[in-house]
Amino acid sequence: MKVALVLLALASFCAHAQQRALPLDALRPGIEFSGADARALQSDDLANPGFLWVDRGEKLWRDSAAGQSCASCHGDASKSMRGIAARYPAYDANAGAVLDLEARINDCRVRRQKRPALQRESDDLLGLTAYVAYQSRGMPLAASIDGPARVTFERGREFYYARHGQMNLSCALCHEQNWGKRLYAETISQGHGNAFPEYKLEWQSLGSLQRRIRACMYGIRAEMPTYGAPELTDVELFLAWRGQGLAVESPGVRR
Amino acid sequence: MADSRINVPPENRRGELFEVRISIRDAMETGYRTDESGRPIPRNVIRRFACRYNGDPVFAARTSSGIAANPYFRFFVTARESGTLDFEWIDDAGTRGTAQATIKVA
Repeated sequence: MKVALVLLALASFCAHAQQRALPLDALRPGIEFSGADARALQSDDLANPGFLWVDRGEKLWRDSAAGQSCASCHGDASKSMRGIAARYPAYDANAGAVLDLEARINDCRVRRQKRPALQRESDDLLGLTAYVAYQSRGMPLAASIDGPARVTFERGREFYYARHGQMNLSCALCHEQNWGKRLYAETISQGHGNAFPEYKLEWQSLGSLQRRIRACMYGIRAEMPTYGAPELTDVELFLAWRGQGLAVESPGVRR
Repeated sequence: MADSRINVPPENRRGELFEVRISIRDAMETGYRTDESGRPIPRNVIRRFACRYNGDPVFAARTSSGIAANPYFRFFVTARESGTLDFEWIDDAGTRGTAQATIKVA
């Protein structure tokens, strides 16, 4: 009986392990594929340009111009927001859908603060997202794909492995089958989202994971989903699951 | 938007050099880009940046479109007495940005 239990436990463990797209010991954050300059910028909080947005987010967190600030309810972000970003995207019962961090912040703004939603990729939304994500720095990604999030996750997985665009490429062809190899001057990364929002030197700005995914879609000559489109949230959740265990690096720096 | 981040040592000894670091949020629009409808986006970059220590100029730079967005300056100043560092910069549109840091000298 005992042996059977152990076998059962082992079998379920193996089944679980196989569910990972990448084995845990093969997981490598994008910064490991980056050059020395980007690595130096990311490791120095005083030189990392992403902190311009983190500071902006901190100001907005306390901004009570319209009555209630974020801090009125959530208090000290370093305590209340610790670990939150590591669990996103997450299913939100009020919205009845999976929301990424940006959408969740806007949801709070509209529903609780009664203020107009911030535009995607605006400095204010990037700032708040970066500030909240920064509170989870060093914590492992641990998004839940159980319960109502499952459908979103499955759609995200389907999108990830499906071929897109004129070049007929899937996300997996590069980031799963060919990571570590060169694509012209670039080393193909595993395509994780653990450093977002991140400062991309190419953009000369902070940008969201959605912007990065759209850039990939553009690169393979596929139609870019609009910001906030369900497909993007689907992939974001799949990526969070795929990278589970990687430490949050926000705000990251990439070339 | 005139956000900036400044870093100076919390305490300094008289006569010694201390490091000043400042990054400024600025798109440094080069003037070479076009918008989605093809119209050129006018140049708007920080043209002058200056730092004063208790009123005396200690650092100044003329910058141009060759400087990347969100410029980052790092320089050294000799600690004389406690006071303030005042930073000022101005862009092509005439928008002036300012920031201040407190310097403690023991």
